[in-house]
Parts: sequence; C-alpha cells; structure tokens
Amino acid sequence: MKLNELTIKEAGEKLQSKEITSVELTRDCLARIKAVDDKIRACLTVCEEEAIAAAEEADRRIARGESGAFLGIPYLAKDNIMTRGVKTTAASKILADYTAPFDATVIEKLKKAGAVLLGKTNLDEFAHGASTENSAFGPTHNPWDLDRVPGGSSGGSAAAVAADMCLFALGTDTGGSIRHPAAFCGVAGLKPSYGRVSRFGLIAMTSSTDVPGPLAKTAEDAELVLKVIAGRDKKDPTTVDPKKAPARSVLSLSGLKIGLPKEYFIDGLEKDVKDIIEGAKKRFAELGARLVEVELPHTKYAVPVYYIITPSEISSNLARFDGIRYGLSVSEATGLREIYAQSRGRGFGPEAKRRIMLGTYALSAGYFDAYYLKAQKVRAKIREELDRVLDTVDCLLTPATPHAAFKIGAQSDDPLKMYLEDIFMAGPSLAGLPALVIPAGLADNLPVGLQLVGRRFDEKTILDIGRIYEEAEGRTIKKELDL
Amino acid sequence: MLTKKDIQHIADLARLDLTEEELDKYGEQLTRILGYIDQLQEVNTDGVEPAAAATGENVWREDEVSEWDEGEVKEAVGEAPETEEGQVKVKRVL
Repeated sequence: MKLNELTIKEAGEKLQSKEITSVELTRDCLARIKAVDDKIRACLTVCEEEAIAAAEEADRRIARGESGAFLGIPYLAKDNIMTRGVKTTAASKILADYTAPFDATVIEKLKKAGAVLLGKTNLDEFAHGASTENSAFGPTHNPWDLDRVPGGSSGGSAAAVAADMCLFALGTDTGGSIRHPAAFCGVAGLKPSYGRVSRFGLIAMTSSTDVPGPLAKTAEDAELVLKVIAGRDKKDPTTVDPKKAPARSVLSLSGLKIGLPKEYFIDGLEKDVKDIIEGAKKRFAELGARLVEVELPHTKYAVPVYYIITPSEISSNLARFDGIRYGLSVSEATGLREIYAQSRGRGFGPEAKRRIMLGTYALSAGYFDAYYLKAQKVRAKIREELDRVLDTVDCLLTPATPHAAFKIGAQSDDPLKMYLEDIFMAGPSLAGLPALVIPAGLADNLPVGLQLVGRRFDEKTILDIGRIYEEAEGRTIKKELDL
Repeated sequence: MLTKKDIQHIADLARLDLTEEELDKYGEQLTRILGYIDQLQEVNTDGVEPAAAATGENVWREDEVSEWDEGEVKEAVGEAPETEEGQVKVKRVL
C-alpha cells in the first residue's frame, strides 16, 4: 500500500511510532499528484517546496517527542481559503494572481497542529456551482470516470481525496458544496453547523450559510479534522463556544431513532440511487436503528429561498472586487466608475455575473419585500420545521443527490437545472444544521451518497452514526480507479 | 419578463459592464429563474419573523483599532495596482 492511500488515523499511528516519516508520506502524495493530476485537474497550485519544508519540520517535532493527530499529515485546501504566501484565486480570473497576506483561521489551526499543506484545489468560481465546471481554469474530472464532473463546488478537494492525492482536503459548504462532490466522488464530506468553524479567511460567498469543513476518506477522519478546525474565533463573531456541543458518544445504533423525510424520497430520484438508499435504510435497521417517516412540507421551497438569499449576499460580498485594492484592474479605464465596471465585467465569469445580477435585482428598490424579505420568512419556516422534527428523532437520513455524477457539459447551459442539484442540501444549510455525506454504494461504478442531518451543533451524533455504518459495511465502496 | 432596459439598469447598479450578448442572455435566464422562485408567493408567511442568520443571535464588540502584523499590512497594500507612500491610489472621484 502506498502511504498516500492511508487514512489520517492510520498515518498518524505510523508517524507517532516512527514507522514512517512525514517527508516519505508527503513525497508519496506529491508523486501521486504528479502521476494523475494532469488527467483529473484537482489542483490549481501545488507548493512542493513549502510542503517538504513543513514535513521536515513535522518530523523534527515528532523526533523531539511531540505528539498530535495531525503532526505531519499532508492535506489540500480549496482555493477560496486564504493561505499566506501561496496563491488564492477562488478559481476566478479576477483573482488569478492574488496571494493572501494572512492565513485563514482554519489554515492557521492546521499549521499549528503540524499538518502539511500540499497545495490548493479547484472549485466553481467563487464556489458558485455544483460541478466545478464554472472554474475559470477549466473543469476537474471525476476520478471514477474522467468524462464526468466531480460535483461541486469543492470538486477539486473531493476528487483529490478520492484519488488519494492527499489524506484529506478542506472544502467550504454554502448550500451543498462539500456534500455534493463528496457524494459524486465517493468520499466522506462534513458540513459543520453554521458557527462551529471560523469563516475568517474564507472568500465570502453567502455569509449567513458559509462554513468550512473536511472532505475525508472516512467519517472517523472527518471527525478528527473537525476537532482541529472547530472553535470560537474572535475574528468571526458568529462562531460559538464549544460548550454548546453535546459531548455524548453514540456507541451503537440500537435504540436510535432516524427520521426519513418523505419529501426527500421524490419522483425525480433516479432508480439506482433509490435502490441504494433503500439498501442503506435496511442496513441501518439491521444495525438496530428505528426508522420513522417524518414530514417536512416546506422542503420544496428550500432551493427557491436559497437562490434569493445566496445571490443577494453574493451581490454584496463580491462588491469588494472593484479593481482598486486587489485583483484584476483594467488600467486603461478613464474614471473610477469605469474601473469598477470594466474590471468586474472582464474579471467575473458567467455564473458569478448571473448571481450578482439576480441578487442586485432581488435587493433593489421595489423588489426587496417580494423577494428577499419573503425568502427570509420562508427560511424561518424551513428552520423551525427542521428543528421541530429533529426534536423527535436523533437525525435525518436522506439521499445526498437525485443521481450519480453527470457528464461534463451535460447541464452547463441550464443554470436552473444546475441549481436543483442542491435540492437535498439547501434546507440544512439555510437552517445552519450539521450534515454528513458518506458513500452508500455504487451505481454502474459511480458512487452514490447518503446524507445524515443532525441537530444544530450536534455533529457528534451524525459522525458516530456514520462511523458505525462504515465499520459495519467495511468502507462501503470498493475503489477501482482506472487512472 | 425582464426587458433589455431592466437588465441594463441592474447591471449599472451592480457596476458590471456587460456585452450585448450577455444582456440578452441574462434577460432570458433571469426571467426563467425568477419564474421558478415565484412559487414562494404561495407560502403563507403571515406573522412570521424573517430569519436574519442561521444562528439568529447578534454579537457585539467594541469598534477598536488593534495592532496588525506590519509585514501583512505591507503585503495587503502591495496587492493594489497603484500605491503611493504606502497608500492605495485611486482616480479622481469628482
């Protein structure tokens, strides 16, 4: 077995017992990136020199007797997360040459823990999309089938983990951007509760739902990453005190009550996916869980609400890209207003522009009440409904996506169809709830994921349930990648 | 249906230069997306307080200037296309 194929837990044990070094582990990851990434295109930047230096430092720390789950563990980060000294582009032309002057809090925490940053991964420009096709630098290919998308927007991170280029990767999730590609690539993806992990140093998209989180090889690894990156940060006032976290562990599924929202098992669900999720439900029942049908009648409004709230916040958050302080600036423009309009017109790609336009319209005089205010009210109903149902069950079990990975180009001309990719994910995001996607099976050799949605700030329960399910199923899906 | 004039107005508000082709395309696409979003009108929201954020709590702090790493400050200002004496330079506003 190549070292890059290890989980965080396995590699951590081997590093601590000095069976392997971080430099060896890091070199195996870099070699894997070199061998397969011209086909997959998961990475936008690989910082080989910095990675080797960080690995050497981790090895010195281990030699001095230091210990820690992340000491010497190599990872990749989505390219909308600020990394000091390593380019951060958000996969946009407007930031093509931008290098952040500081580290995001999540990067700083991983650095302190001794993790080794290998590079930055591809995404839909500014995380706007569900396929990674909206990257200004070209799409990422799904390692399971190179003609297909990896999902998105954290598609580079998911593809890199699936292809063992790293031990884990960081993504960001606003309305499904960690969970959707995790499902398409057959890896574990955790969207933490809103406020659990600091947003400081993320390139803001939708500030009321953005949250960084892990893409990992197992639910157990995802939990390890969460432990390192979570916590209150004075640079992000929406982060909460860790004491809001219930600490109890779930050791067995027996006696647990899992809710099946009937609105998530709809006609649009492809038969293959439905069969696999039915199989998973059976497995959960065999493991002792009690499955009960629940009702979330406002589910169908989650995507329409999301596509008012999100573009509205985007139109405001992307106003900072004005050609003045950083990023692309059209130098031949004659006045200040021309610099703004021309730099933005040339720098943003089609989906970013579409969302800026939609959000500007929704917030403009005369339309605010009908769109934005209405959407925030329906959002309150969606949140209240989810909270009420989660009071009666330990978590929800749903399909992650209505279908497996689609072909590159198959729906790129249809923005509305692409928006519906998040149909099972937008609700938990609008409510700020934690949600975990893990692989449930294969349909025609393409991964299919299931989603577990937990109570606010209770990542622990869904991670434990995910781990128990993975242990029972033996890593769930067998990976045979033809790369 | 959003007219080309509507789209041009939104683009002006957003400080976004769009080509003729883009104006046509966004007119059609935005109309379709808004048509889909219109189903929100059927939800009864009488007496519902709008959600502000996912956590719904306001957090306050003093607005104080604090020390920042000088190297990071230089790097940050250095990203601007035009600077003078450590400050970002812009074209005249009036």
